[in-house]
Amino acid sequence: MTDYQWVRISSCDSVPVREGRAVHVADREIAVFNLGDRFLAVDNSCPHRGGPLADGIVSGPSVVCPLHAWKIDLETGCVARPAAGPSCLTSYPVRVDEGTIVLGIPVEMAAVAAGRSNGEAA
Amino acid sequence: MKRLVVVGNGMAGMACLEQILAYTPRFEVTVFGDETHVNYNRVLLSSVLAGEKTVDDIVLHPLEWYRQHGIDLRLGVRIIDVDAVAKTVIGDDGSVTPFDTLLMATGSSAWRPPIPGLDQDGVFVFRTLEDTRELVERSGPGVKAVVIGGGLLGLEAARGLQVQGCDVTVVHLMSTLMERQLDPDGGQYLAGKMEDLGIRVLLGRSTAAVLGNGRVEGVALEDGALLEADLVVVAAGIRPNVELARRAGLHVNRGIVVNDHMETSHPDIFAVGECVEHRGVCYGLIAPLIEQGKVLAATVTGNRGPVYAGTVQAAKLKIMGVDVFSAGDWSEQHAEPVRYEDRALGVYKKLTVRDGKLVGVILVGDTADSHRYMEWLRGGHDLTGQRRHLLFPPPAADAGVDVAEMPDSATVCGCVGVTKTTIVRAIHERGVNTLSQLKECTRASTGCGSCTRLCQALLRAVAPEFEQEKKKVICACVPFAEDQLRDILRSQKLRSVQEVLEIYGNGVGCEVCKPALSYMLDMLWCGNHDEDRSARFINDRVHANIQNDGTFSVVPRIRGGVTSPAELRRIADVAEKYDVRMVKITGSQRIDLLGIRKEDLPRVWADLGMPSGQAYTKGVRMVKTCVGTDFCRFGTQDAIAAGIEMERRFEHLYTPHKVKMAAVGCPRNCAEATVKDIGLVGVEGGWQVVVGGAAGKGVRKADLLATVETTQQALEAAELFFQYYRENANYLERTYDFVERLGIEKVRKDTMYAADGAKHGLLDRLRKSKTRARDAWHEGQQPRHPTQFIPLIPMETLA
Repeated sequence: MTDYQWVRISSCDSVPVREGRAVHVADREIAVFNLGDRFLAVDNSCPHRGGPLADGIVSGPSVVCPLHAWKIDLETGCVARPAAGPSCLTSYPVRVDEGTIVLGIPVEMAAVAAGRSNGEAA
Repeated sequence: MKRLVVVGNGMAGMACLEQILAYTPRFEVTVFGDETHVNYNRVLLSSVLAGEKTVDDIVLHPLEWYRQHGIDLRLGVRIIDVDAVAKTVIGDDGSVTPFDTLLMATGSSAWRPPIPGLDQDGVFVFRTLEDTRELVERSGPGVKAVVIGGGLLGLEAARGLQVQGCDVTVVHLMSTLMERQLDPDGGQYLAGKMEDLGIRVLLGRSTAAVLGNGRVEGVALEDGALLEADLVVVAAGIRPNVELARRAGLHVNRGIVVNDHMETSHPDIFAVGECVEHRGVCYGLIAPLIEQGKVLAATVTGNRGPVYAGTVQAAKLKIMGVDVFSAGDWSEQHAEPVRYEDRALGVYKKLTVRDGKLVGVILVGDTADSHRYMEWLRGGHDLTGQRRHLLFPPPAADAGVDVAEMPDSATVCGCVGVTKTTIVRAIHERGVNTLSQLKECTRASTGCGSCTRLCQALLRAVAPEFEQEKKKVICACVPFAEDQLRDILRSQKLRSVQEVLEIYGNGVGCEVCKPALSYMLDMLWCGNHDEDRSARFINDRVHANIQNDGTFSVVPRIRGGVTSPAELRRIADVAEKYDVRMVKITGSQRIDLLGIRKEDLPRVWADLGMPSGQAYTKGVRMVKTCVGTDFCRFGTQDAIAAGIEMERRFEHLYTPHKVKMAAVGCPRNCAEATVKDIGLVGVEGGWQVVVGGAAGKGVRKADLLATVETTQQALEAAELFFQYYRENANYLERTYDFVERLGIEKVRKDTMYAADGAKHGLLDRLRKSKTRARDAWHEGQQPRHPTQFIPLIPMETLA
């Protein structure tokens, strides 16, 4: 089981239904999507050519990259089109806590990022 | 030759007559109809009310058919008496017509329950074309309508009225909608769907009176509730028209009693259709009536032999997006129910099985398998081996119905009673290749239309040169051709993409259909739709063109390619201030600022102080111009003024694909007008307006739309074409494909040479759209959503 550090992101209504928004957390750009009944999050960079997935059109539990229409399954972070392949993005668990989107960052990832930013500060 | 008189010009009578005419010897035929219209498909009246079909669409037998068969057709004449001894019928016009054989196909009438106040203006039944016309006329936005009766007809009437804009309430006496076809659970699913459509449903409520002073004002219910109403439709059931049969001395119970050969108690008088009672049953649906007609035709023509043994009743609700099918005996007494339901999807299915055989079906929300179940019902199929797959066929066989596996005797069209053999034979022996030929030849698919897909599957499998008439569907998510979809959206008054997807599609949509639907809604409602940005491509969410690194390009509008030193200075300042990676003169006589971050867009637009050039969207791009008579020594027309005016008239509007234009002052064509979507080419004494040119992937010289004298005329010609293209092209179809597909003659006919009414319609709708259109860059100052242009900022940082 992965352990997560939970980060409060923004109020739920800051992401319109069936749209995505980018957020910078733990040195990564993460795309958060509002599917109407839940939120899903993956890295905001298409495995094809790095397109901004948060700008894509949501189609069910998938998003279509705005650059070359690759389709990414938001539940798994894996490519669903052109062909299901091994290239998967990291997907992040999302909780909703009293109207706030809360993003789960794997603790190792969070520790590395926190260490780096502390180092920079020092 | 014997004289055959048919009383009743409806579906049952004419279907039977059609069969009779197929036999020899021939009769001398007279048909009386008390309606003034030729035989039409009464089943589809609800589609006329809902605006899905026109009156012409539902004609079954045009005047030509009566003429061809030498039938003496008397419309608007009601037969008021029959003299069974003298063998004559007497019309309300005083006519006395002798017969050797009489066929009564008098149908049924809407039943008016004994409710006080039904005689007032504004109370209707829903039975005839005339009723339908009046309902269409009296309904409209803001009109409050109450439908008394929540059966099949009442619900279809309710939806039709609602589509016409009415506020509709259905009052139903029973606690279940369509209780003759549905069990309480099925009824609840249906009620939920009706409520979702915005129709109020009151169940278990009895109507006490219709209120008003000669004109309807409301409806009072037994429990004291009052409903406001401008319009009341009574759909409380039908009663067979048997008065005439009684006068003729026939044996009549609820209906005219007939035996299995369709004979009445009089040897020369026959009856068919809704007015008939066979083995104690009066039928009100189309399929049994047609079966009866076939048997009767044999009997009447001296070929007595075939018998009618009754029909398994099946009913289908014809409300788009509300699928309901019911057949047979679905009561659970002495039967084993098999059930499936999913509240989220609104799907409810129940089968009843007795002695290993299917005896009843209810399907709500998904009727794709209705044909398979009907086949099992009719054929008395033994289901023992299939018990595990009753509701879910084993994988792979689930493609609806596999036509190869269908037995030859299987009925394809239940309404008209056409079997697979008949269709296959028509294909082989009569060279049928298209659906319309098949309809013409076998009458299959001319009833309720639910077997259309099956007919097409058969054609595809059997016909050597099957021509798919259906145009390419827009996308698997919403499987309709675009022109069909435009009709649906218009007639069903749908204004949001999600609504369309939920009612007519898979509820999800994708990057192909969502932008297409977005465009269609914007165009159809002239901008007065529910704009849903989630259905738009990113370029149309932030009004800039996304680049390969996720930054955007910004192209301000420079009308006609004419700018000023001040504008150029502002552009230069913006380029420096926002570190624009490249400033590029485009092929469109404009300037492109590349590499701008999304969050900078609002400030870039504000600093530029210029309108959006729409370079990022399927919309109005630019009008290129040459300097024309302003400077050029060869110029014959003021191309700059005309070009700038054309750009002003069209800018900020959206189109099926991008629209690039040009205006040139002489045929030297310096701004390449003849390879643009719309071009104005100045000539001595006027303009040539050309359309459908291309200089992209392919090169196509534009076709001449018109030659006119004044700039105003040229602009109007351009407007006509522009709006015609907006309304009729498929999404992502450039003008050069559109013009090529239709042919310039058709384009001219529908625009320049169209009747004044049609022209004004195009121009009016263009003006309406234009009035609502805004410079999209205003959203920089007034974003539609607080995070439209900016990323989320986390509320906390990692510890």
